[in-house]
Amino acid sequence: MGGLQKKKFERGSATNYITRNKARKKLQLSLPDFRRLCILKGIYPHEPKHKKKVNKGSTAPRTFYLLKDIRFLLHEPIVRKFRDYKVFVRKLKRAYGKTEWSAVERLKENKPTYKLDHIIKERYPTFIDALRDIDDALCMGFLFSTFARTGKCHVQTIQLCRRLTVEWMNYVIAARALRKVFISIKGIYYQAEVMGQLITWLVPYQFSHDHPTDVDYRVMATFTELYTTLLGFVNFRLYHSLNLLYPPKLDSKAESELKDENEEDYAMNSECYLEKLSALSASLSRVVSSAEEEEAELDQFPIEGEDIEKMEAREKEHTQQEAQKKLFEGLKFYLNREVPRESLAFIIRCFGGEVSWDKSVCIGSTYEVTDETITHQIVDRPNIDKQHINRYYIQPQWVYDCVNAKIRLPVEDYFLGVTLPPHLSPFVEEKDGDYVPPEKVKIMALQRGEKPAHEQEDDDEEEEEGEDEEEEEQEDDDNNDDDDDDEEEEEEEEKNLKKMEQQRSQGKSLQVKVTPGKVKVENTVRLEQEEKAEEKRLAIMMMKKKEKYLYDKIMFGKKRKIREANKLAAKRKAHDDAEKAKKKKTRK
Amino acid sequence: NEDLSDSEDSVYSGLEDSGSDSEDDEDEEEGSEHDEEEEEEEEDNDDNDDDDDIRNTVGNIPMEWYRDFPHIGYDLDGKKIYKPIRNKDELDDFLDKMENPEYWRTVHDKKTGSDIVLSDEQVELVNRLQRGQFGDVNFNEYQPSVEFFSKDVMLHPVTNRPADKRSFIPSLIEKEKVSKLVHAIKMGWIKPRRVEEDSRGHYYDLWASEDSSILAKHRMHLPAPKTPLPGHQESYNPPPEYLLTDEERALWEQQDPSDRKLPYVPMKFSSLRQVPAFPRFIHDRFERCLDLYLCPRQRKMRVNVNPEDLIPKLPKPKDLQPFPTTQSLVYRGHSGLVRSISVSPSGQWLASGSDDGSVRFWEVCSSRCIKTVQVGGAVKNIAWNPNPSVCLLAVALDSVVLILSPSLADRQVISSSERLLSGEQETEPTEGAGPVIWSETEGEELNQGIRLKIQHPKAVHQVVWHAKGDYLASVMPDHSSHLQVFIHQVSRRRSQNPFRKNKGLVQCVSFHPVRPYFFVATQRSVRIYNLVKQEMTKKLQANSKWISSMAIHPGGDHVICGSYDCRLSWFDLDLSTKPYKVLRHHKKAVRGVAYHRVYPLFASASDDGSVIVCHGTVYNDLLQNPLIVPVKVLRGHVSTHDLGVLDVTFHPTQPWIFSSGADATIRLFT
Repeated sequence: MGGLQKKKFERGSATNYITRNKARKKLQLSLPDFRRLCILKGIYPHEPKHKKKVNKGSTAPRTFYLLKDIRFLLHEPIVRKFRDYKVFVRKLKRAYGKTEWSAVERLKENKPTYKLDHIIKERYPTFIDALRDIDDALCMGFLFSTFARTGKCHVQTIQLCRRLTVEWMNYVIAARALRKVFISIKGIYYQAEVMGQLITWLVPYQFSHDHPTDVDYRVMATFTELYTTLLGFVNFRLYHSLNLLYPPKLDSKAESELKDENEEDYAMNSECYLEKLSALSASLSRVVSSAEEEEAELDQFPIEGEDIEKMEAREKEHTQQEAQKKLFEGLKFYLNREVPRESLAFIIRCFGGEVSWDKSVCIGSTYEVTDETITHQIVDRPNIDKQHINRYYIQPQWVYDCVNAKIRLPVEDYFLGVTLPPHLSPFVEEKDGDYVPPEKVKIMALQRGEKPAHEQEDDDEEEEEGEDEEEEEQEDDDNNDDDDDDEEEEEEEEKNLKKMEQQRSQGKSLQVKVTPGKVKVENTVRLEQEEKAEEKRLAIMMMKKKEKYLYDKIMFGKKRKIREANKLAAKRKAHDDAEKAKKKKTRK
Repeated sequence: NEDLSDSEDSVYSGLEDSGSDSEDDEDEEEGSEHDEEEEEEEEDNDDNDDDDDIRNTVGNIPMEWYRDFPHIGYDLDGKKIYKPIRNKDELDDFLDKMENPEYWRTVHDKKTGSDIVLSDEQVELVNRLQRGQFGDVNFNEYQPSVEFFSKDVMLHPVTNRPADKRSFIPSLIEKEKVSKLVHAIKMGWIKPRRVEEDSRGHYYDLWASEDSSILAKHRMHLPAPKTPLPGHQESYNPPPEYLLTDEERALWEQQDPSDRKLPYVPMKFSSLRQVPAFPRFIHDRFERCLDLYLCPRQRKMRVNVNPEDLIPKLPKPKDLQPFPTTQSLVYRGHSGLVRSISVSPSGQWLASGSDDGSVRFWEVCSSRCIKTVQVGGAVKNIAWNPNPSVCLLAVALDSVVLILSPSLADRQVISSSERLLSGEQETEPTEGAGPVIWSETEGEELNQGIRLKIQHPKAVHQVVWHAKGDYLASVMPDHSSHLQVFIHQVSRRRSQNPFRKNKGLVQCVSFHPVRPYFFVATQRSVRIYNLVKQEMTKKLQANSKWISSMAIHPGGDHVICGSYDCRLSWFDLDLSTKPYKVLRHHKKAVRGVAYHRVYPLFASASDDGSVIVCHGTVYNDLLQNPLIVPVKVLRGHVSTHDLGVLDVTFHPTQPWIFSSGADATIRLFT
């Protein structure tokens, strides 16, 4: 009675979403073009809450976009450029077909191009937004800059990527923004703090890639197109924030130093400047010539609702960070030929060290091997023939570990031919209950200023060894047990509790526990704990079904974590025991 | 005409270039003179003057046009060149011819109207031209000829072929093409070459003016999550515990790539130079790209729940005391599982029935077995008469219900119970032909204290007394018959079957403590019958698969049901026919439930060997729901043959609880 009949799927969520094919038709674009547009504009599919409603009753798997997003794409000027490009390709084909070379020439000259500036501005309205999203851009940039110029993508793109990444590295050096580094099996991770944002990127090792066949390079190229634009603008802004000239210029002093070498050996004139920049050995020139800028000391004001402790912690962190920035100041490094030059030069320069390398490796070396003032030579080979007395010969991991530990670690563990200590990830922050590798504990102790206890122990061990071995063994075991103690204690407690309960229920407890008053005292504590545990257990019984489920899930997760930690600890212990046994055998 | 003059001009200009000694201006004038009268020049020997630079700018026009003007043209400054004041007439001319020796070499310049006297060289040039000789004196007409074609082989071929005519004529085709291009440009079809702009590498301060207006457009925008940071196991030199063992490695290889916890195998290299390239680097990056633009994003609200907060805040068990907490006595003596126990109304005696065919009486405080009655069959159920003024015990075994008089009380009580048993003989001798046969015992049995035998047609599973102690209900579960429940009156030795229809397998029955209600629990529901009105008043849905036991709250308004699917349901009869609360505390089937008569306690016994004591306060205020708090889990019974605690019962006055188990023991918790 009255009113129109309501039809299905004409309102509500069904009208808020649009399938991909429909969106494509609405925009009149081919699938690759649509894909490119989505990549450039950052449009991604949405998962509707009620898929069946949106899908008009069907449950077929479909990708849905928000209708609003697609409407938003309709007004994009780039869409027109895409169409222009399509026309261009058609004309070009035609001209080729007719062998009209002049037309081909002419068309090629007028190839439609587009700019992505407005898209960048639109996607990242503020600079901080852009910085937040720059991780992927950097990873992609560093990957593309290592590509060989073999036609997987345009040579210009590779060059541009190289240029932008070099600029980025130079900025990080100038700002001393690097915080953490990590050598993984994939490549080398770096983390820098720029304007309060933590930015992490991954640089692959310098090997030629064997290009996989199941990767669509067009997608990657489109992303790179966007990312290079983004990176360029970000670099520009960052350089200006430090009063550096933007297309970066080497410091005039530094440049003159570099001048005298025979540049022609390395690169063509056109590429020479970039090569020199990428050597990362010289500082950049600034707009304001007074290079030494005095940074005003910022007073720390307590944020509201933050107590003094927190503020102090913050201050402490700040001073620590300042100290970290000057980690390598006053040190002179020399890189041997076999170590990854770019990575090490980048890190050492980031923390204020001086670095040079063999002239044949790269342009921009500043001093020779024979320089008497060199303090550390980084070598990655089992031994070296001619050693200078007044310098340390260390393996490259030392540099990385120092950066992560924020202090200069003792060099002894990193000498030539020595088995390196494990390299830990600086990105893992252990909460209580997680497994902490013993090496991390050691480093943390060093950071606190404690003396390396382990080594002393080792010495002691060796001294003691002759006297009696059994004792030593005991000691070792104790050491190993330290980590697992907490967990084991808990387990033990629980076991005890169970045992006690059992005993009590069987009426045996009285017979067993006839001991002096000391036990009694313990008993009261135990009893209290027991009571509490019982209380909790009973309360858990009374939980509602839904809450119980959630609770169980949380507890399951926690337990799994503990289990994993225990497993790692057990593995470690087994390994250490095996090592010890081996050592003993060799000693005998 | 013009063409011709052109060509002559060119001839002369060539002459001049080749180097006559005359001055430049004069030569030019000569050129212009020649245009019109050649003959005259030679004959005119007139004026030779005017070294001034008066050049007429009028161009090559017939001078007659200026005949009527006072001037004959304009000089370089744009000023008029006036005619000589007086024109020579014929006479003057003649006189000049006669008297002036230079007349023959004087030429009249019409343009300027002046007379020019030719120099010797110029005269000589004119003469030479007239003779048909070259204008240049120095030109050698008879130079030695150079042979183009000789015996010598030349490096480059030289042809003597004259150039084609077409090379001198402008090409029509080219003209056409040019005009086409011009047209296309005019129409805008062809764009002139674009200025080469290097837009790709040109950057500027994009965020010079930051406005957040655009941001408002993207309220639905979810920024992509960052890639997770690597852990220790990704290190090139990880701690040894992170490396996979052989089994883990094998497992890793077997797993589907999507199931793997780690997408790579942790590896250890002894030095940095040995680290190879990561083979799946490009894949990883590509997958990230795909994630960025293909993966649907959804905002997940992760509730950060502290698990402690989920635990309900209950009153502390300490505050709810008294309740049984510790096991204080164990009654040992039975050799089979103890199916049923019952406490005397005085609370002094405990009776237990076991599968070993005996009924034992225990003193509660000392755990001594006072008396053992061999009944000759597995005892299914046992029940003290709740009336404190009589001392009777009903025992169910096989198809018989025995009434025992254990004579464990004052003489007065014993005598009153004797009276109850003997009173019926007077009133009811004529009962006979029913399904139930009452009979008295004799001899040995009588000595043991067995007073009456009530023979049922089927195996009896349960006996229950009415609170007054006169009526007794027995249950014979049977699917197919309506003969499942009998209500016996002991004083009159009468039995009756209250139900005419089979409403399902009866599990247990119970009398209401005060009102004339009768509770019948079938497999899935509890029916409440009004015995006075002889109708069903309520049907409670237990929400469980199979009810095992039932207990009525001493107030009469609450019922608990234990079931074989581990549940304990609490019904509030005033509230609903659905359980007010379902407690799933036990791990295995619930065998028995019990209410305490005085204290707000109830308990459930289960096959998992535990007895759970709960606090259950019932308020008089109808608006307030009962408070149910589990207060203690009592363990002690050892489960044998998958059976744990079989029966549970409270002490009538103390907060004590008895439980009997399959391990042939009875335990008292206080």
